[in-house]
Amino acid sequence: MLHAVLIISKAGGLVFNKDFGSGIARLTVNEYLVLAGTVHGVHAITAQISPVPGSSGLELLESDTLKMFCHQTQTGIKIVIITDAAHTGHDANCRRIYELYADYAMKNPFHTPEMPIRAELFDAGMAKLVRAINS
Amino acid sequence: MGTVVAPPAGRVVHFLQRTMWSYSSSLWAYHRNAAGQLSSGNTTVRGTRLLAELCLPDFALLSNARMSRPMTVGKRPPILDRNLNKTRGSEVSLSAFAFLFSEMLQYSQKRVSGIQDLEKKRVCAGAALSDLGYRVGVRMLELILFRERNAKRETRVLGVLYFINTTVWKSLFGKPADSLEKGTDNDDEYMISDNDPLITKYISVPREMSSLNCGAFIAGIVEAVLDGCQFPARITAHSTGSEQFPSRTTILIKFDKSVMLREKALDAGR
Repeated sequence: MLHAVLIISKAGGLVFNKDFGSGIARLTVNEYLVLAGTVHGVHAITAQISPVPGSSGLELLESDTLKMFCHQTQTGIKIVIITDAAHTGHDANCRRIYELYADYAMKNPFHTPEMPIRAELFDAGMAKLVRAINS
Repeated sequence: MGTVVAPPAGRVVHFLQRTMWSYSSSLWAYHRNAAGQLSSGNTTVRGTRLLAELCLPDFALLSNARMSRPMTVGKRPPILDRNLNKTRGSEVSLSAFAFLFSEMLQYSQKRVSGIQDLEKKRVCAGAALSDLGYRVGVRMLELILFRERNAKRETRVLGVLYFINTTVWKSLFGKPADSLEKGTDNDDEYMISDNDPLITKYISVPREMSSLNCGAFIAGIVEAVLDGCQFPARITAHSTGSEQFPSRTTILIKFDKSVMLREKALDAGR
């Protein structure tokens, strides 16, 4: 079960967030902005403190009830998904979201990079994808 | 100290041009690979190969600095040397086109801003797009008629519309248009509709600009084809999206009076 999706720009700004799960407590927009900034910072720190050189940053944060998976792309955009603990296939899900981002945000002439994504087709594609994942 | 002999200026310029060109196109390939092309599994391989192919002249130039003749990229001859009749393998990547079209749209918008107010700007962005389409259409008509085996000059309205509906659409988008209808109100109006136009596949027009239809580009192409066939007409693009086909676009064709008169004369002469 996928609960929420966040897309963080390479500067650490939140460009997209959406809740999907029903019946769970939701964060406010401000809290999401703070969460995005925190994830961005922690990601950078984890890459620094790794004992093995050349390590990537934070990928999976796991607890009893949830998993938070962070996929960083070649261009520095982070796609973060929050799911329940039983969920699998996080990486594949993030890649599908990245695909939507590349198609419907980057190829949309009305989208400005680093700015919040406001595109109907992106929202529609995302809703369809999450429905497929959660069913 | 020995004197340093400067290489001929022309060669240096040429070298710089080649290097910069390779650099910018390999950068382009990288972006394409990194951001654009996740959809199919083997794209990484294809992207890498493309990257290598594009870097090739660069390396060749470094190892053989005396060479003055530009090398062709990979094995393919330059586009102007290829056979015009060959359609297989001449398809363009939709991603590359989407990025180009996106820039075209932004350019059209930028060009008209500052002179007109927002209301007019929308109309003008559409008009600028249709101008760009016109330039494509003029060339496409020539090319299609050249490639067509049994090409002829259409003299009747229905004939030329059918030609656009099938042949032109197929060579541009790989499929015929979804419907060709006659306007109910006026005799001189016809409509060609596409349920999911390829060029607007990735474009979401923001709500405050909803009167802008990117199909204006297709309208420009249709206008050029009709003009080229001696059927002057006024062409506009309209969004006619429904639940089932949200991005459906209708191209409205209103023929010139002279065309309708000629059509009547031809009907009478039968």
